[in-house]
Amino acid sequence: MYPVIPNPIAKPIDAKFGEKDLVKRSASSITPASPRQTQVAKLIDVSKCIGCKACQVACLEWNNLTEEVGVNVGVYDNPHDLTPNTWTLMRYTEYENPESGNLEWLIRKDGCMHCEDPGCLKACPAPGAIVQYSNGIVDFVKANCIGCGYCVKGCPFNIPRISKVDNKAYKCSLCSDRVAVGQGPACQKACPTQAIVFGTKDEMKKWADFRIKDLKSRGFKNAGLYDPPGVQGTHVMYVLQHADKPNLYAGLADNPRISPLVEFWKGFTKYAGLTAMIATAGFGLLHHVVAGANRVTEHDEQEAKKLAEK
Amino acid sequence: MTNSWTDIKNADVVWIMGGNAAEAHPCGFKWVTEAKAERGAKLMVVDPRFNRSAAMADHYSPIRSGSDIAFLSGVINYLLTNDKIQHEYVKNYTNISFIVKEGYGFQDGLFTGYNEGTRSYDKATWAYEMGPDGFVVKDETLSHPRSVYQIMKKHFAIYTPEMVERVTGAPKEKFLKVAEWAASTATKDRSMTIMYALGWTQHSHGAQNIRCAAMIQLLCGNIGVPGGGINALRGHSNVQGITDIGTLTASLPGYLAMPIDGEPTLESHLTKRQFKPIQANQTSYWQNYRKFYVSFLKSMYGAKATKENDFGYNWLPKLDVAYDVLRMFDVMHQGKTTGMLCQGFNPIMSVSNSRKVIAALSKLKFLVSMDPIETDTARFWENHGEFNNVDTASIKTEVFMLPVTAFLEEEGSFTNSSRAVMWKWQAADPYAQSRTDIAILSDLFIRIKKLYEKEGGKFVEPITAVDWNYKDPHHPSADELAKELNGKAIVDLKDAEGKVVRAAGQQLATFGEMRDDGSTDGVQWIYTGFYGPNGNWAMRRDNSDPSGMNVFGSWGFSWPANRRILYNRASADPAGKPWSDAKKYVFWDGKRWTGADVPDFVPTNAPSNGTGPFIMNAEGVSRLFAAPMADGPLPVHMEPFETPLASNPVFPKLKGNPVARVFKNDMEVFGNAKDFPIVATTYRLVEHFHYWTKSVHANAVTQPEFFVEISEQLAAEKGIKKGQMVRVWSNRGEVKGKAVVTKRLKPFKIDGKTVHQIGLPLNFGFIGETKTAAPINSLTPYVGDANSQTPEFKAFLVNIEPISGPVA
Amino acid sequence: MATSTEVARGDAVHRGEPVTVDRYTTGARINHWITAASLVLLALSGLALFHPSLFWLTGLFGGGPNTRAIHPWIGVVLFFSFIGLFIRFWKLNLWERTDNVWLGKIRDVLTSNEENLPEVGKYNAGQKMVFWSMSILIILLITSGIVIWEQYFGGYFSIEQRRLAVLVHALAAVAAICVWIVHVYAAIWVRGTISAMTSGRVTGGWAWRHHRKWLRELVSGK
Repeated sequence: MYPVIPNPIAKPIDAKFGEKDLVKRSASSITPASPRQTQVAKLIDVSKCIGCKACQVACLEWNNLTEEVGVNVGVYDNPHDLTPNTWTLMRYTEYENPESGNLEWLIRKDGCMHCEDPGCLKACPAPGAIVQYSNGIVDFVKANCIGCGYCVKGCPFNIPRISKVDNKAYKCSLCSDRVAVGQGPACQKACPTQAIVFGTKDEMKKWADFRIKDLKSRGFKNAGLYDPPGVQGTHVMYVLQHADKPNLYAGLADNPRISPLVEFWKGFTKYAGLTAMIATAGFGLLHHVVAGANRVTEHDEQEAKKLAEK
Repeated sequence: MTNSWTDIKNADVVWIMGGNAAEAHPCGFKWVTEAKAERGAKLMVVDPRFNRSAAMADHYSPIRSGSDIAFLSGVINYLLTNDKIQHEYVKNYTNISFIVKEGYGFQDGLFTGYNEGTRSYDKATWAYEMGPDGFVVKDETLSHPRSVYQIMKKHFAIYTPEMVERVTGAPKEKFLKVAEWAASTATKDRSMTIMYALGWTQHSHGAQNIRCAAMIQLLCGNIGVPGGGINALRGHSNVQGITDIGTLTASLPGYLAMPIDGEPTLESHLTKRQFKPIQANQTSYWQNYRKFYVSFLKSMYGAKATKENDFGYNWLPKLDVAYDVLRMFDVMHQGKTTGMLCQGFNPIMSVSNSRKVIAALSKLKFLVSMDPIETDTARFWENHGEFNNVDTASIKTEVFMLPVTAFLEEEGSFTNSSRAVMWKWQAADPYAQSRTDIAILSDLFIRIKKLYEKEGGKFVEPITAVDWNYKDPHHPSADELAKELNGKAIVDLKDAEGKVVRAAGQQLATFGEMRDDGSTDGVQWIYTGFYGPNGNWAMRRDNSDPSGMNVFGSWGFSWPANRRILYNRASADPAGKPWSDAKKYVFWDGKRWTGADVPDFVPTNAPSNGTGPFIMNAEGVSRLFAAPMADGPLPVHMEPFETPLASNPVFPKLKGNPVARVFKNDMEVFGNAKDFPIVATTYRLVEHFHYWTKSVHANAVTQPEFFVEISEQLAAEKGIKKGQMVRVWSNRGEVKGKAVVTKRLKPFKIDGKTVHQIGLPLNFGFIGETKTAAPINSLTPYVGDANSQTPEFKAFLVNIEPISGPVA
Repeated sequence: MATSTEVARGDAVHRGEPVTVDRYTTGARINHWITAASLVLLALSGLALFHPSLFWLTGLFGGGPNTRAIHPWIGVVLFFSFIGLFIRFWKLNLWERTDNVWLGKIRDVLTSNEENLPEVGKYNAGQKMVFWSMSILIILLITSGIVIWEQYFGGYFSIEQRRLAVLVHALAAVAAICVWIVHVYAAIWVRGTISAMTSGRVTGGWAWRHHRKWLRELVSGK
């Protein structure tokens, strides 16, 4: 069993990280906490996942969320998509491997990837609505969220959902409240097969290597770790049997990165726009100083009178 | 389980068949993923559906529901013809060399002694040949034509890979890979675990399915060794506990037998169960049956149980027939039952042919439902449209609902599949005015007893003589009951020299201390030791693993005697040495048996005595040829009662199991392959727990609605779209649900004919938070296994059609 | 003059000292100021969400969530209000050949040498450019705005469409604000203009100086 995360101790303990440990804060310029805390990661081993949805239920329960009872639409995925209440979701793909001729039932736990370069945070206009702790966790701070949905556009993984009830954005917090007191996230705790493991990012990478070796020995020659460099790596990683084709797993992004549109919008446009407006106003001011006002003269009035009385 | 959950980690090959551990036992399944990840174990799954376990497997083979015996017999044939057997093990630890008596025969699928009229076998010809010394005759060369080995070779020869493919639909190469992987463990240093559940049990030939698996394991030398065993995965957290405690109608606690009509006295009951060894120097542990029986009676009747009155044996009910669940509802259906106390039971959902069950319940005068949640059964009289279309006005049954506490609202113990008794503490206050089952039943008992005392009756002692000595008679505590299960010394127990070994009033440390003179009590001998003189061991939560073999001997208490692997003497060779370093477990250290586990053996019985490891058998060894089975000493491929085939491809004259439990009126409602060409099977979903969690919101969210799993080919043939409503009907009823069209089900080619199979999850009903559905058992046939009477839920015939309704 | 191209309904010349000219009706002025007010509010609330350094502007609207909720509704008001202006003024803003000449002499425009310019009708080329660019930008803003109006339309558009929309919205808004600055500056720079939108009247001299063709047509049409 790996890794060993101790059971909670009964007496309350102080959170191990908080406001002081931010490295990024949406719409704010802050001095990143230094030194950074050890970076954490959740590793989801798709090859060990039996799709039992215990993580889904644990997530609902720990975070005190109530999801609606839906319907069956001909698949095992329920609910059918992430929602403001469903922060994690099992997605099932039936894949007939052309090489081996075997059927594979690929079951991926979808949810926030906790990017090292979070697109949601980059897009967010509300100061402090999205923060990144120095251990890598990207968290939504409900009190600061204005519900604009920019995070939805910023996210390369289509994760945040805006509530119709309170118009706030919701997503997996990596159970930052649990992690703060030395626990693993609720989904990890509930996972019966240890398909979800949690620890430092280095430990998780090492564990992933061990798992990948096992998968390769079983004929999955493209088994690998999903820690996409396009977002500078993620704090939720997958072990995939077919790491060369992430898209097989219910459309997991092959090369995720923050959309160039978003980069342009939050980069160039933001600064150029402000400059353009200031420049326009400045031009006006300059013109007025140089050229002065354009006044109507007495002559003009007389001419008008002449014309009117003609 | 012969082994334990944690021991699965020691396996080199994990074979799941007749079960879907990932789906139905996700927490235990972690030991499979551990074995794979840390030991490099191979997992193979054989199932009609590519299920969640198959998703984790290194190899998957499909199989038509109900054809397991053919598949498994094919593996046995493979092992025998390729000589892939662990010779030393098989020769010493099984009855392979035993000679069967002259007169035994097998033809056209039937063994000698069959009586068609009574649908039963006279087993006289299935006996061993006995020598003049009273011991069985053996042929160590295995060449005698009536030796078990030669009989088996002949018996299984018909199950060639081609025959397996023809009968089961499993492609030959997929079958062969399973056989090869199984055979790879017929060595001293490798082991295979077989995990099964109701996918094997719930057939009219369920016990024979499991027999096949046992035979494979014996041939490979995988019983009693770490990482081996036949592992029955139990469906409820405490279903092992309820069978141990004797809620099966034909058994008393600890698998002691319920007296029957022909056994008027204790002696007449006991003499039938002497189990004299039939080989030299064997233990034949059931020789102690008398001690366990008397101790049980002492617990029942206390001081009133005396030697003179047969310890109250007379007060135990005597069965005329076994009242298994099918019989019970059949009797009720005949109008012969007045009332039913339905405790933690939802029979209209969980018993075959719901329509018959509902009709039976409608004939009761009263029905008491004791449950923490409102069950469909408690509302069987309520019309729920097409989902429960009953005529309420015509039902006169009075229904009482007694809310009981849920398992977390009371203290007690659970016994899991590993036979591990584990204490649970109360975690929440009882909801509203709910009471514990113990309080309700005690109350009922005390009231009935008072009535008998006041008004008298024909035979009052069975009630009035019961020893009800608890601090609060209206609510015996879990602690008191646990102590009672374990048993204690009633007077000072002395050894041969007269030294007191157990003082009066002390708890017994092992069932070895039980006596047949009335000086000890104990309800359940197999549990003795769990609450011994050193306290309640079910409370232990020490997860240390001193041997490094994933044996957690200080975690809870595993019956019997805290043993984690049964028959573990077989983990050593006849000389007492481990078969290999890799599988070192229990061995002889020169003075005594020792190792990672509590030896399943007399600890000082030296290997030189030649005592066999299967101490519960009179043979001292295990049975490849098993005469006690009701339907034959060797497995035979029998079609389900509803078969899609015109005839049994192996034995054309054999229809279903010739000795299965079936009642006449139920025989009439079997469907035929012409009207119902599609094979159906039922199963659970991991998102739900039986019929409970449809009343739990979060579970309902994860699987909200009944569905029918069908192959893409069948969908195309019938014009069914993904997410569309379909109607599925058998000769007994119908259900409607959404179509899940999947690649995970594929049509079979059986005997040259295409056979479709569909899957029906069983967790939905008309009470609860999930979308309303009719009970899945509206469809299932009312027929049970010949040995266990377990109903055949897993293979029956239906038809299917698309109906209007939402297409997702 | 029945076929005047420069005169709008309600435009009139009043003799007196000085001569005054009715340039905008009460309806037109109300319409303009509603548009103006919404545009200012949109700019403020929009800028608050556009650049972190301006987030404090949300304070004017009762905080971030309110700003987010109100902004699109103001946009709707602006859109319909602007439609009113469009209907009133589109004809008078149709481009004419003289507008090119006027533009060609932009140096004279900026240096107030209006005698060198062709006579201007109700609107000069600069005003027309403001009008048309605003028309186009507002259409862009309302369409892209709907695509990113998460509360009601979140589910109707793909994320890629929403990303494009948010970029278009930002760019269009920057442009609109720049145009607005030009519009406001011109009104200030050209003294005597603002009264057109306050009292609805300008002096005859103002009309003579800046929109002589318009004045001539008014007088001749009388």
